[in-house]
Amino acid sequence: MKILVPTPLRQYAGKQSAVDVPAGTVGEALNALTSAYPDLRRHLYSDEGKLRAFVNVYLNDDDVRYLQNEQTPVKDGDTLSIIPSIAGGR
Amino acid sequence: MTVETETPVTLSNDEILRYSRHLIMPEVGMEGQLKLKQARVLCIGAGGLGSPLTLYLAAAGVGTLGIVDFDVVDYTNLQRQIVHGTSDVGRKKLDSAADTLQEINPNVKIEKIESRLTSANALELFRDYDIIADGTDNFPTRYLVNDACVLTGKPNVYGSIFRFEGQASVFATEEGPCYRCLYPEPPPPGLVPSCAEGGVLGILPGLVGVIQATETIKLILGSGEPLIGRLLLVDAMGMRFRELKLRKNPECPVCGPNRTVTKLIDYEQFCGIRGQEEAAPVAASDISVEEYKQRRDRGDDLFLLDVREPHEFSICNLGGYLIPLNDLPKRVNELDSSREIVVHCKLGGRSAKAADFLRKAGFTKVHNLAGGINAWAERIDPKVPKY
Repeated sequence: MKILVPTPLRQYAGKQSAVDVPAGTVGEALNALTSAYPDLRRHLYSDEGKLRAFVNVYLNDDDVRYLQNEQTPVKDGDTLSIIPSIAGGR
Repeated sequence: MTVETETPVTLSNDEILRYSRHLIMPEVGMEGQLKLKQARVLCIGAGGLGSPLTLYLAAAGVGTLGIVDFDVVDYTNLQRQIVHGTSDVGRKKLDSAADTLQEINPNVKIEKIESRLTSANALELFRDYDIIADGTDNFPTRYLVNDACVLTGKPNVYGSIFRFEGQASVFATEEGPCYRCLYPEPPPPGLVPSCAEGGVLGILPGLVGVIQATETIKLILGSGEPLIGRLLLVDAMGMRFRELKLRKNPECPVCGPNRTVTKLIDYEQFCGIRGQEEAAPVAASDISVEEYKQRRDRGDDLFLLDVREPHEFSICNLGGYLIPLNDLPKRVNELDSSREIVVHCKLGGRSAKAADFLRKAGFTKVHNLAGGINAWAERIDPKVPKY
């Protein structure tokens, strides 16, 4: 499946905007991503290993918090988006 | 949205001519144009997003535009803040914006609020308006605007930008989610760069600010499908627009049924205190640009390490050895720990982190150049451009 990496996090993902990973669940996909790019881990997970509250993960156009979180099953052709908060305006 | 007044609001013949292209379409018409004239919109910030937002709302005939800002126009604003011009540099943004907007449409009443939006003034301010449009630049104010909108029951027309990506939505309506439903907590300080640190493509606030203006006008007219419960993502480089579903979070501390936030809080504290990039506080191991120049001129052996990005290096440099901050851990072996090292960046923040990293890695003679290359340009060599 495809994971879309947002601009602020691309510097920790080899400057890539999208990464293909094999995965059966959202958790496995994120694990595959952070294994390939370890610098991303601290941006996505807290020290306790929980997905950070300011990082939103969407499977296609749905927030995984309203699906089955990291246990949500995924299939080929799905797109996972990481939507970090940004605050710029001036 | 409509305000009951004693004397019925009407349009003058001049106004009818001016708004002709609105009046002849049934989606606006006379009724809609009168709604616009009676509407009171508060724009937070007269900067990147605030520029297109206020320009279009004024042109469209929104009757009263409140603008909250306390900043002064500078040269770095002009690449995107199109409500201000070159001759406005040094003026208050409020004065500059008000002049431009009155020139576009003298029928609009501009209310200038020269103040920082705070927990002490937000509620009182918001109560006087129908709609709040958020064009601020930092997390504390984002959360403050959201919470004040929820508490006063005013819709929050949200837009936010970073480099070439933007987000827009309408939060805090009665039926829809609020900003905290989407982002319950802010990122820790330092993790997400601001426009001042990360840069922004000049047209991006144009795209996103015009979306905010569109949503504001639709809310006033009460027509169309506003971005309630939807987050619009704008990618200017790919020129792709995507939409994500947002839900009202039943656990939301501000708008949920078991809300715990019932008044405004200290948002600086909530966000870990961080506005824009500022020069790091001076530490004992810092070296001033004057001292660095003096020591370099007398021939001391100092190794200058530049931890900015390569594209910044090409704007201007002091002949330092370039290793961007993020690459430092894997390239630290390129440095000689027996030499005295002076680290610099643009303003001194990143180089302080680099100096700290090097000390932990066993380097004992490391100084941070206080104020960075901008301080050098300002106080030592005016031929070096500031950016």
